[in-house]
Amino acid sequence: MSAPGGAPPGVFGAASAILRKDLRIELRTRESVPAMALFSVGAFVLFHFGLHRDTIQGDLASGVLWVTLLFASVLGVNRLFAGEREGGALDGLLLAPIDRTAVYVAKASALFLYLVLLELVAVPAFAALMLEPGIGGAFPELVPILLLADLGLAVVGALVAGLAAEARSRDLIVPLLLLPLLVPLLIAAARATEPLLASPAGPQDLAKWLGFMALYDTVFLLVAVAVFDFLLED
Amino acid sequence: MRSRPLYGKGLRTLSIATAVTLAAGFGLAFFYAPLEADQGVIQKIFYVHVPMAIVALCGFVAGGLMAIQHLRTNDRAWDMRSYVAIHLSIVLGVGVLVTGSIWGKASWGHWWQWDEPVLVSFLVVFLLYCCYQPLRFSISDPERQARYASVFAIAAGAFVPINFAAVRMAQQEIHPRVLSETGGSMPGEMRLAFLVCTVGVALLFVTLWKLELSSKNASEQLKRLRRRLEDTPLEAAAGASAARPPVVPARPTGGD
Repeated sequence: MSAPGGAPPGVFGAASAILRKDLRIELRTRESVPAMALFSVGAFVLFHFGLHRDTIQGDLASGVLWVTLLFASVLGVNRLFAGEREGGALDGLLLAPIDRTAVYVAKASALFLYLVLLELVAVPAFAALMLEPGIGGAFPELVPILLLADLGLAVVGALVAGLAAEARSRDLIVPLLLLPLLVPLLIAAARATEPLLASPAGPQDLAKWLGFMALYDTVFLLVAVAVFDFLLED
Repeated sequence: MRSRPLYGKGLRTLSIATAVTLAAGFGLAFFYAPLEADQGVIQKIFYVHVPMAIVALCGFVAGGLMAIQHLRTNDRAWDMRSYVAIHLSIVLGVGVLVTGSIWGKASWGHWWQWDEPVLVSFLVVFLLYCCYQPLRFSISDPERQARYASVFAIAAGAFVPINFAAVRMAQQEIHPRVLSETGGSMPGEMRLAFLVCTVGVALLFVTLWKLELSSKNASEQLKRLRRRLEDTPLEAAAGASAARPPVVPARPTGGD
């Protein structure tokens, strides 16, 4: 009995196959991204009433934006292995002769794409609903901040999703585990965004925070790639 | 069947050393180290608070290193060691936060001070490690439980220094910090008392760690012996005591 496809694919080949599968499922069911986007708009409305402010700027705006994005990403992380779990497909995935790292890379990439899509909705919505000086002045600096933060969220989120995949109370474990792990990322992203959203643009320390986020992303990517193999054994 | 000794080796000497060092440390702290000028006697809590914090953080990182060892060797004993180290560090962490709050209330007038980066980082690390046990015990398969717990311990161990760096960087913008607060400017008597207290708390940690490990080891061995008794063929036991029922009814011993 020989595999019909010939040699098993490499890490990136397998990862891209899993990623395409995930994106196709997402495209057909429209589960994660619309839920994350709706959640974030809902959170902005809550912040409007909770803070009793019509418009916000500076540190407050940056905090509201980032806390909302972080909480929205929890939803995505919770759903990351949902397809495999509900269809009982994880065993099939593990039986395939591929490197486990491919599963991690695929899941992290999927989460990264979801987060980019989420921000395409959430950031304009935030600007329209709450921001006083407008979002125009924050570009283009906001783009690298968002991308580096998304990368960090994806890297850590996929690891946490894998960790919680076997836990009985995984809906509770994911936010409890994810939010403390994201504190350094929140600090860097919020501090970097803060002067961009202030109406007289404040002093910038962009390079420092971008550098820190890059460091965070790298460290957790290395840790996750090193340990993820042990999560999906047997 | 190889069986490990029921008691950890050198537990008695270790306990005595711990008691002596801690007593000496507290003695030095109260009678030898000078009274701090503007905080008075409340500053003595420093000799408990800071050593506990240092030992707890080292315990977290050590738990991560033991977890690496577990994944590398696939030896469950390392997972047990990592688990007990993290567990004890969480207990110490509660002590750190409580004593820190008391100290803060007495010397700054607030239970909590957000611009104290060490305190804030410690809280975040503590919150993260609080998930260790819920995660661990929500996985039923023991083999898998050990592996997942080790992965968590490694990721969290890497998180500890990053988190400290981030919180400190965030603070520096407002309060430039020349010296760390436990740093250089301590008079020699204070430093001696502090060092002895730190060694004492570290010894206490190691003692408790070994104690807990040998207790787990003992209950494991008890379980194994019980299982062996149940497996013994009846006719072998019948020769000795035919009237007595064969030991304990079979049940999964959920001791720990």
